[in-house]
Amino acid sequence: MELIDLEKKFQEKIDKEIKIEPLDWMPEAYRKTNVRQISQHAHSEIVGMLPEGNWISRAPSLKRKAILIAKVQDEAGHGLYLYSAAETLGTSREQMIDDLHSGKAKYSSIFNYPTLTWADMGAVGWLVDGAAILNQVMLCRTSYGPYARAMVRICKEESFHQRQGFESLIVLSKGTAEQKAMCQDAINRWWWPSLMMFGPKDSESTNSDQSMKWKIKRKTNDELRQNFVDMIAEQVKLLGMTLPDPDLKWNEATKHYDFGEINWEEFWNVVKGNGPCNRQRLEARNKAHKEGDWVRAAALAHAEKRKNKLAKQDLAVA
Amino acid sequence: MDQLITYSLHLADTTLILAQRNAEWCAHGPILEQDIAITNITLDLIGQSRNFYQYAATLINQSAEAVAEPATEDSLAYLRTEREYKNLLITELPNGDWANTILRQFFFSVFQFGLLEQLQKGSDAQLAAIAEKSIKETTYHVKWSSEWVIRLGDGTEESHQRMINAIHNLWTYTGEFFIPAVYEKDVLPHVDFDALKSAWLEKITEIFTEATLSVPPASFMQTGGKTGHHTEHLGFILTDLQHLQKTYPGAEW
Amino acid sequence: MNIQIRKFYYGDIPEENTGGSTIPQQDSGAQNAWPLWEVFIRSKQGLDHKHAGSLHAADAQMAIENARDVYTRRQEGVSLWVVESTHIHASNPDDADSLYEPAADKIYRHPTFYDLPDEVKHM
Repeated sequence: MELIDLEKKFQEKIDKEIKIEPLDWMPEAYRKTNVRQISQHAHSEIVGMLPEGNWISRAPSLKRKAILIAKVQDEAGHGLYLYSAAETLGTSREQMIDDLHSGKAKYSSIFNYPTLTWADMGAVGWLVDGAAILNQVMLCRTSYGPYARAMVRICKEESFHQRQGFESLIVLSKGTAEQKAMCQDAINRWWWPSLMMFGPKDSESTNSDQSMKWKIKRKTNDELRQNFVDMIAEQVKLLGMTLPDPDLKWNEATKHYDFGEINWEEFWNVVKGNGPCNRQRLEARNKAHKEGDWVRAAALAHAEKRKNKLAKQDLAVA
Repeated sequence: MDQLITYSLHLADTTLILAQRNAEWCAHGPILEQDIAITNITLDLIGQSRNFYQYAATLINQSAEAVAEPATEDSLAYLRTEREYKNLLITELPNGDWANTILRQFFFSVFQFGLLEQLQKGSDAQLAAIAEKSIKETTYHVKWSSEWVIRLGDGTEESHQRMINAIHNLWTYTGEFFIPAVYEKDVLPHVDFDALKSAWLEKITEIFTEATLSVPPASFMQTGGKTGHHTEHLGFILTDLQHLQKTYPGAEW
Repeated sequence: MNIQIRKFYYGDIPEENTGGSTIPQQDSGAQNAWPLWEVFIRSKQGLDHKHAGSLHAADAQMAIENARDVYTRRQEGVSLWVVESTHIHASNPDDADSLYEPAADKIYRHPTFYDLPDEVKHM
């Protein structure tokens, strides 16, 4: 079949909402876009373990400690599911991890901000996971089968993450004056970076959007961001806290919240490596991987020895 | 009653401090799958420690005459000092490398399995119930850590050497398992610690043999954890663990 | 003037915007990567094992334990199978038409093909 026909057939499948599976023919650009997006998503989960892992040893109660550990562990699982989905496209996990460690591959910039107080655990759960979930729910319907299935599993597990974050902020908001201040401070610091998680404004894009056409993505950045603002602007009232945006107000005409301008200079700076923690995050990942090298080598060597031993035993029996 | 409280706290402190140490691996493991695996063990240990703390708190609240603030799992974990903590010394040692971490888990889990079997047979119904739940978890910890000992012992030259170093680091802290404190003898009159030790050594020898490692000869053993005489590490662990409770006294989280 | 900016989304940042840092690339250690395994879970007694996902492990024993730790954290299963991914043989999607479509017109294989009087219940 001619390439042009293959591409036409491929697009027809997408238009009919038929999922694309690993062995199906697909345009190289579709494969590459998926590998890039899925692996970046996986990296975000793995790097995202670090800012929260930062508070595991200091969690203020045994219950909170168990919850936080389970949450960070879930993120490891989510990274694993996603790497597996990307591997079905022919790129090894090791290759993807190398790209992360060399700084070639990207991850969500939000994880380059520091977690400074315990309230950040609540704010990250509520705002950062809340923003991620909007994206993830949409991705459950993405056109590449393994990615969609990984997202379904992730969404099921993720639902406790945002809830626990909000619940722990509720406790702080009803606590001592110091706890209330801690809560507001965390919201102030995490609000804008959370909005940035959705990426640049739609209006900055002039090219036709291949990701939408291929149904890898189904909503634009601004659509998702508006959903998020509308949701959070209501929830923050339940905490008796405020969002750090003087321009935030309900617009009766659009039936949405208007909000202020995002600091895009900060956004691009963090993407380019100048966030408060870019260097530490990558160093931590590199260190863990490097120090794990002899462990992985030993496990392989042992597996090989055991296989040979069993083969010899079989020979002896024969 | 006091002895039973102290013993419950000893069990709670031991599992909590080991969990606190293992949790340091979370997000830093040698490979994702094993990061998740050791974190499962961490969560099991925290669960066990909460059960023991809650039991201790119940006993304290029953025995004390009208205390203003009743004890809770958190008041016991977060407001006691270094000298009041009764955890085994081996649990507070730094993680070191993966070899050191899995070997400590192996030594501890094999010991804990034998102990939990005894607790199940003991006269205290609540300890027996906690033991019954915990032993299923510990069975898996023994299996997981045994396999890692074999894998690293009989893996590469480097991993073998790292296991030898780990044995060298940890062996002197294993004697404490089997030297009962006064409160232990009181609560566990039916337990023969020498028999417990023989069974432990037998399992260690079995796994070490498969791992091509040698069991060190009997030598001097460090003790003190059970009576609150710790290594210098515990103070730092508690500083971390108790940071928020100490900085903001009385706050709810 | 039209400035061409490639649009991207959360989890899809173009690579050319150098992120992270300038840590020099180290030895990748790819030679120590563990093989890939497919995981199948029986969610409860009486049901088939169903594909759940994949993971890396050094050997079969470890693959089962990793599957337990990774895929059954929320009581998803009572039994596990693992198969090294290289041992899975798949049908070719290009043959789908010749393999599966011939079954489409054999409607007499389905019970609903047969009209029976209403009086015959449960057949």
